[in-house]
Amino acid sequence: MSRRISWRKASTEAQLLLVGIPVLLWTLIPVYHLFLFAISPKDTATSGRLWPEHPTLQNFRTVFYQEHFYLNHFWHQLFNSVAIALTVAVLTLFIATCAAFAISRMKLPGGRTVMNLALFTYFIPAAFLAVPMYKTMSVYGMLNNQWALILAMVTIASPYCIWVLKQASDKLPWELDEAARIDGASPLQLFRLVYLPLMVPSLVAVGTYALLLAWNEYLYAFLLLSKDTDITLAVALGNFLSADDSPWELLMATGFIYALPPAAIYYTFKRYMVSGLTAGAVKS
Amino acid sequence: MTTDTLAVEPPRAARKPLSQWVFWGRAMVLPYVLVFLVFVLFPVCYGLWLARHPASYQKLFDDPIFFRTAINTVVFIIVAINVKMAVALGLSAFFVQKRWWISVLAAIFIIPWAVPSIPTILSVRFMLNPEWGVINTLIFKLTGLDGPNWLNDPTLALSFSMLMHIWKSLPFWTLILVAGRLAIPGEQYEAASVDGATRWQKFRFITWPAMKGLYLTSTILSMIWTLGDFNSVYLLTGGGPADLTHVLATLGIRYLRLDQVDLSMAAIVVSLPLVLPLVYFMMKRLSK
Repeated sequence: MSRRISWRKASTEAQLLLVGIPVLLWTLIPVYHLFLFAISPKDTATSGRLWPEHPTLQNFRTVFYQEHFYLNHFWHQLFNSVAIALTVAVLTLFIATCAAFAISRMKLPGGRTVMNLALFTYFIPAAFLAVPMYKTMSVYGMLNNQWALILAMVTIASPYCIWVLKQASDKLPWELDEAARIDGASPLQLFRLVYLPLMVPSLVAVGTYALLLAWNEYLYAFLLLSKDTDITLAVALGNFLSADDSPWELLMATGFIYALPPAAIYYTFKRYMVSGLTAGAVKS
Repeated sequence: MTTDTLAVEPPRAARKPLSQWVFWGRAMVLPYVLVFLVFVLFPVCYGLWLARHPASYQKLFDDPIFFRTAINTVVFIIVAINVKMAVALGLSAFFVQKRWWISVLAAIFIIPWAVPSIPTILSVRFMLNPEWGVINTLIFKLTGLDGPNWLNDPTLALSFSMLMHIWKSLPFWTLILVAGRLAIPGEQYEAASVDGATRWQKFRFITWPAMKGLYLTSTILSMIWTLGDFNSVYLLTGGGPADLTHVLATLGIRYLRLDQVDLSMAAIVVSLPLVLPLVYFMMKRLSK
């Protein structure tokens, strides 16, 4: 009897492994290929070996010292990516928090309409808005200006942030607001002293979301910016494709560097991100 | 609903404080309303205005690339999304199992979603390179034959774009469906086991009824988002070979490059009858 149970147990474990191993390979192969390229010398990168014969950090050195035509502005572009992502996160947080507070806690007349406008924007596929946004920025005279990208990303990020923050706000107990109002708190005091401290977890989730969205963005960045010293690292990576004889090992090394900060941020704030994002889609 | 009854405004007599609340309410919602007017409403109206000439539509329908793109987009949406959601539903059953190594695997599994798409897409693009890519190198080593020119065949190229899309977004949807599965009370499964239910019966009569709504919402949301997936196609195939693997998201940029903005807007306007019902459905669901 007990042998039969352990046999069944082993078979269950085997079935799980039969799923787990392909999942692991499927997930890691593109990432491992990227990493392998980044640490391989130029000539041996394509040999098809599982581990390079002479692993090297030379590619990273070339990137850091900007010793290639494609990488002449690496540090500048990295700085652009950081500055733009941070500005988008701060602006989005400000706009979305204020809007969510007004809609959810102040019961502003017309707040529901604003929420619906935001939701509608959230559901416009980003690529559909890209061309009109490009033409609009050219009307506003903002093409090749980093503010164009920042404002476009704020536009794309804020609807979802407002929605998540509104959902979270609606769950806060009303007695707190009542008590604060009876004590004669002004709207701003209520916002600063009661609302913001209670909302910290959602604010972290939403801020991280906007930060990563802006850091990862390629389409809008490459439409709205063109000067080598204006573009973000994402666009710089895409520019490697403009020639057939691109130095792929340098592209992979740069791509690896570019992928690390968002991955680190994601795993640091995973707890907040997952609950925020799943709340966003799951609510049914 | 008790919160709503508590939310009643202060009595009308208190005129002055009321106006202060309304003033600040309007002031706080103003930044977003401005963003919406200047960067959503104006571009949308401007885009529709650019697409106002019937001649643009005539030119669009005469362009064989547009026709091909429409088919590609429909295939992409129907095949890629349904395969992805079905696999995600299956994998969610795997990831709810309690094993230490499955928790570790779950953390690894999320990498495609956590890292930016450009480096990984370019990595796959180079794997598929016919001369130096690792796949054809291995084929040559094992068989002595030259592998196919993967991205030079429109069907293969589009299939790889779909696989790329699935690779990138499968973890997210699996995560969503795992959350859905965890919300199902475990007693239901225990009771079913006592009654001798098979695995299929448990899925059919417990899991699926509980997950149906979530699965449908996720599928439609994923369809809308996938229409905006520019990177998986553009960075892998560039729309090539011979512009045969474009989807709506990349076609607009192609027309922009050819200086035919009216066509790129017309292409979007033509797709609205398909997109707007999906958007309406989602708004209904989420604004409840």
